[in-house]
Amino acid sequence: MFKINAERNKFVVKILSDNFSEAIVQQEVILDMLCITVTKEAINPFLLFLRDNNELKYDFLTTLCGMHYPEIDQLGVVYHLHSLTNNHYIRVKTATELSNPVLPTATNIWPSANWMERETFDFFGIQFQGHPNLVRILNVDDMTAFPLRKDFPLEDQTREDKDDSMFGR
Amino acid sequence: MANELHTDYWERDFVRTEEPKEYNTLNVGPTHPATHGVFQNIMLMDGEFIVETEQTIGYIHRAFEKIAERRPFYQITPLTDRLNYCSAPLNNMGWHMTVEKLLGIETPKRVDYLRIVIMEFARIADHLICNSVIGVDSGALTGFTYLFQSREFIYEIYEEICGSRLTTNMGRIGGFERNFSAKAWDKIRYFLKTYPAKLAEFENLLARNRIFMDRTINVGSFAADRALAYGFTGPNLRACGVDYDVRVMNPYCSYDEFDFFIPLGQNGDTYDRFMVRQEEMRQSLYIIEQAIAKLDKMDDKQTYYASDPRFVLPPKEKVYNNMEALIWHFKIVMGETDIPAGEVYHCVEAANGELGFYLVSDGGRTPSRLHFRRPCFIYYQAYPEMVKGTMLSDAILTMSSMNVIAGELDA
Repeated sequence: MFKINAERNKFVVKILSDNFSEAIVQQEVILDMLCITVTKEAINPFLLFLRDNNELKYDFLTTLCGMHYPEIDQLGVVYHLHSLTNNHYIRVKTATELSNPVLPTATNIWPSANWMERETFDFFGIQFQGHPNLVRILNVDDMTAFPLRKDFPLEDQTREDKDDSMFGR
Repeated sequence: MANELHTDYWERDFVRTEEPKEYNTLNVGPTHPATHGVFQNIMLMDGEFIVETEQTIGYIHRAFEKIAERRPFYQITPLTDRLNYCSAPLNNMGWHMTVEKLLGIETPKRVDYLRIVIMEFARIADHLICNSVIGVDSGALTGFTYLFQSREFIYEIYEEICGSRLTTNMGRIGGFERNFSAKAWDKIRYFLKTYPAKLAEFENLLARNRIFMDRTINVGSFAADRALAYGFTGPNLRACGVDYDVRVMNPYCSYDEFDFFIPLGQNGDTYDRFMVRQEEMRQSLYIIEQAIAKLDKMDDKQTYYASDPRFVLPPKEKVYNNMEALIWHFKIVMGETDIPAGEVYHCVEAANGELGFYLVSDGGRTPSRLHFRRPCFIYYQAYPEMVKGTMLSDAILTMSSMNVIAGELDA
C-alpha cells in the first residue's frame, strides 16, 4: 500500500543528528513518513539546511500548516518538505507557547510559504517574524478570533442548548 | 510602414524606463465574468500595462478544515467535492485513499482500476473546461461550445455511477457504494470512441491558429526555478519543463502498472500550459483504455469495495433481516467508528496539481486536524509576478490558463 524507505530515513536522520543534535527534540517514523520535531530557535537554520544540503535537497515546500495542542498550551507548525531529487518526504514540526506564539518565517527559504504562513496566522494567530505581509487572508480583516484553535466553538457561541460531549466529540 | 505593422508587440520595450506621468488603479473582480470565479485583483496600471497587482481572496471561504473536525470521516467526502468542483471525483478518491492509508485498508485491484477510470475522467473534464476557457478568453467561443457537450457526457457517466453530477460524493472509504452499471459501461465506451475526434476538432481550431498563438505564446511565462520556489505543481509546473507528476513519482492506486508519459512544456507560458493539458487528456484516455482492458481480463466482475465492515455499509437485505448488520449500519451512518490515532499525509495528482491531505487523528471519531494542500492556493500567489509588465488582456488569459478554482483557493 505504501512503501517505507527505511534506508533513506536512516541516512537523513544520521546527517541531521550530526548537525543539529541539540535542536532535535524527537524523531519518529509515522506510517510512511519520517517526522522530526525541532525547537523553535533552530527551525529556520534547520529548514535552510534541509533545503541546501547537497545530500538532502528538500527543495520543495509541499505544505505548511498550523496546529493547536490545547493540553500543553502550545501552538505548532508542521512543514511537509519534498526532495524532488531524491523523491523523499520529511515532516518537520515545531511548537511555540500559546501565550506568546512567535516563530521565524520561512518566506526567506521558500516564497511559497508566504500565503501559507498568512493562512496559519489567520487561523491560529502564530506570528511569523520577518514575514513581508502578515495580515489575514481568508477571513475578514476585522476578525479578532483565531478560528482553528480548539477553544473556538464551531457552533454559534451564544447557544447553550448544544452540548457536544453528548456526541462523543 | 509594412514593417511596423508586422512587428510583434513583444519586441517592443515592455517595461518603460522613463519616469511615468500617471498610474491608474484598476479593480478587477471579485465578480467579473473574465475571472471565472470570485477573485479580486487591484492592479496598478501604467496605461495598459500592469505595474503591480494585489490579490484579495477568501470570498467563498467556508472553513472546511474546521467543519471537518466535527464530522465523521465519511461526511468529509462531500466537503472535498467543493474544493475543486470541476473534478470532484478526484478529490473524493484522494480523501478515501488518505483514510485508507491511516486505517491500513488494502483495496482490491478491481477497486483501484475502477478508481483510475473515474479519476482520469475527472481529469479530462477539468482540463477540458480549462482549455476551452482559454479559448474563450482569447476570443474564440466556438471550441468551448464543442467541448462542453463532452463535459456534459462525462457528467452523465458520473450520474450513472453515483447519482450526481457536479458535487459527486462518489465512492466510500474502501471502494465504491455500488458496482458500475451496464449502462455506465456503455457510456464510458461510447465516450472513449467519440471523444478523440472531438478533441482533435477542438485542437484544430486553436493549436495552430495564428491569432491564438499570438495571444498565448510568451504570455504569462514563468521560469522553472521560480515555479518550484512558488510551489507550482501539476500542468502548470510541467509546462515550465519540470517532470513532476505524483502518479509517476509516488504511485498510488496501482498507477505504477500503467503505461503513459508526462507531457512537458518549455517556456511555461499560456500556450505551453494549454498544450500540456491537451496531451494529458489524450494520455488520460489511454490510461482509461488500459484500465478497462485490465478489468475485462479479470474474472471477478463483482468486487467493488474492500471487505472492511467498519466503513462499508452492509447490503440492505441483510440490514432488514439481520441484527448485526443493522447495528453495523447504524454505527457507520452515525459515524461511531473510532479511528486509530496517528497522522498521515497523502497526495494525489489532481487536475491542477498535487492535492494533499494531512490528517491527524487522536483516536476519536473525527479528525483532530485536517489540512488540505490545495494546489491553486499555493501557486496563485505567483500571479502578480507572472503578470507584471504585461497587458491587462494578457493577465486575464494568464489567470484562466493557471486553472485557479475559487472553491479550492478559499477552501
